[in-house]
Amino acid sequence: MSGKPRLAVFKFASCDGCQLSLLDAEDELLAIAGAVEIAYFLEASSRVLPGPYDVTLVEGSITTPHDAERIQEVRRQSKFLMTIGACATSGGIQALRNWASSEEYLRAVYARPEYIRTLSTSTAIADHVKVDFELRGCPINHHQLVEVLSSLIAGRTPRTPNHSVCLDCKRRGTVCVTVAQGIPCIGPVTHAGCGALCPHFDRGCYGCYGPAAQANPSSLNDWWMQHGHAPQQLVPLMRNFNGYAPSFRSESERLERMAATSHSSDQVGGNDK
Amino acid sequence: MTNLPLQTTWFLPRGELSRLIETLRADGYEVVGPTVDQGAIVYSEIRSTDDLPKGWTETQGPGQYRLERRTDDAYFGFTVGPHSWKKYLFPPLVTVSTAERTPDGWSISDGKNDPPKYAFLGVRACELAAIAVQDRTFLHGPYVDPVYKARRDQAFIIAVNCTQAASTCFCTSMGTGPRCTRGFDLALTELPAGFLVEVGSPAGEALAARLPLVEAAEDHTREAEARRQNAVDQIQRRMDTTGIRDLLLQNLEHPRWSDVAQRCLSCTNCTMVCPTCFCHSVRDVSDLTGDQARRERQWDSCFNLDFSYMNGGPVRNDVRSRYRQWLTHKLASWFDQFDVSGCVGCGRCITWCPVGIDLTEEVAAIRSSDGLQRPPVSPAAT
Repeated sequence: MSGKPRLAVFKFASCDGCQLSLLDAEDELLAIAGAVEIAYFLEASSRVLPGPYDVTLVEGSITTPHDAERIQEVRRQSKFLMTIGACATSGGIQALRNWASSEEYLRAVYARPEYIRTLSTSTAIADHVKVDFELRGCPINHHQLVEVLSSLIAGRTPRTPNHSVCLDCKRRGTVCVTVAQGIPCIGPVTHAGCGALCPHFDRGCYGCYGPAAQANPSSLNDWWMQHGHAPQQLVPLMRNFNGYAPSFRSESERLERMAATSHSSDQVGGNDK
Repeated sequence: MTNLPLQTTWFLPRGELSRLIETLRADGYEVVGPTVDQGAIVYSEIRSTDDLPKGWTETQGPGQYRLERRTDDAYFGFTVGPHSWKKYLFPPLVTVSTAERTPDGWSISDGKNDPPKYAFLGVRACELAAIAVQDRTFLHGPYVDPVYKARRDQAFIIAVNCTQAASTCFCTSMGTGPRCTRGFDLALTELPAGFLVEVGSPAGEALAARLPLVEAAEDHTREAEARRQNAVDQIQRRMDTTGIRDLLLQNLEHPRWSDVAQRCLSCTNCTMVCPTCFCHSVRDVSDLTGDQARRERQWDSCFNLDFSYMNGGPVRNDVRSRYRQWLTHKLASWFDQFDVSGCVGCGRCITWCPVGIDLTEEVAAIRSSDGLQRPPVSPAAT
């Protein structure tokens, strides 16, 4: 990248929290503003410059036909396209609609559903266009964002570790909440990035950063089922902000199948009595 | 100052334990030892006997640890918890150097390396063995690690003999315990009335001379021996170490590796709690302007995909190869590298595995079908 890179930030279906993480980077914000030309960032400025852009950050998932077209144009205008956050990277919490009827949701939520044009699914940006880098998190960690932007400006490869949350718990001396307290925690299969925030406050990990590299959620859930948790109770742990990420998705669907099987065998057992 | 001969056994009345802590603190030591925190007995700074886990114990099993109340008020009536002394000797994160861009080019400095003088209170036999293993790694090889050395050289070690065992303990199989025999300055055995004190070094002798010790009565010695035997008797877990190096290295294609890979989360917990695992990674961090940079060393693990990333891809690209790497290093190739086993039998990896994987079971499974799947042995395999 020569000269000052031009930065753009685009929003799709999302809560704006990840963009706010950039504005939250108070200590570094002036340095960022000095190091790049902010060409398009409606959350921060009404000044809008046309593309092309050197670095484009994309927040949010694709949930409407209009956005499915708009992301193609964003991609055409972007040299380096990076998704920020769980929505853009895996479809977000709104991907829960993928297991439900969006028609029913529309009728329940909107007074005049006929004005709403929406897709029946919420999907990740990478399902629609080529993505050069994915920054995980719900929301993203602004230290990681600054690290990635610094790397891009300096021309080095961004480094965001893909190990489990457990490693960060251990580095900070946090005692495992699952082993010591029996709290279900999906940290062992969740991508690092938050610095192991929740276990530090005696809570299980919710999986805000999505699946860790080569995650093995089936083994973790099998363990909990052996220790008294019903499969149906475990489905919501997998279906959170990153429920539609492939490994969490296939695992929650496996758990649902197991719940259905155990439910029907319960009924058979009941009939026998 | 009384001149105490080495190896003499002394007795410290229970009410005088605080004198030990006070004396060390007065000498400028930061005393670290067991304390109750986050539902477990962890290692942290100890300012007085009030910080010790008086009256607490724990139960442990694969993937499970529970803090429990004792029926007495013993100070050291438990075994080992999630922390080990490596967090002090080999800290999880250190800045090894810093760099600043100046008009005359880069100015590079070493990271700060002036740790406190630690006194470790309550080091168990398996942990003394673990420190000796890490000494080989960090001090006795061709490269001496200055971060480890600065901490280790100054450390004062007060061992405590175990008088009970957890279900996960197997130090007797590894020949590391439960009796503390070397590697300490002082060693204590807790009795209801006080502590039997053994002196293990000139520094220990000098400190002992300043404590209100009395000569141990024969009753004390006998009772201490009975309590230590209780720990031995409670140890149920075993690992057959006969020919273990060859057993593992000759079974690199054993189907058990695929079996354990189905269960293993590759989450790194076993390596993090292991008191001998020393893997780390070094990364450079710069600010946005690129004018300030620092080089950080942090705990890393062979279970991480990126840990074996070389020239375009990870070498160990599945859980099977990563678990195999860990276990064969710990129990087999560690002998080639350091002339000692990497496992001291503390059982932490069993307790703190979120899905309760037990290395003693994995080894037993391989041993029970040894030879069934043996590939031709090539020297390159090791």
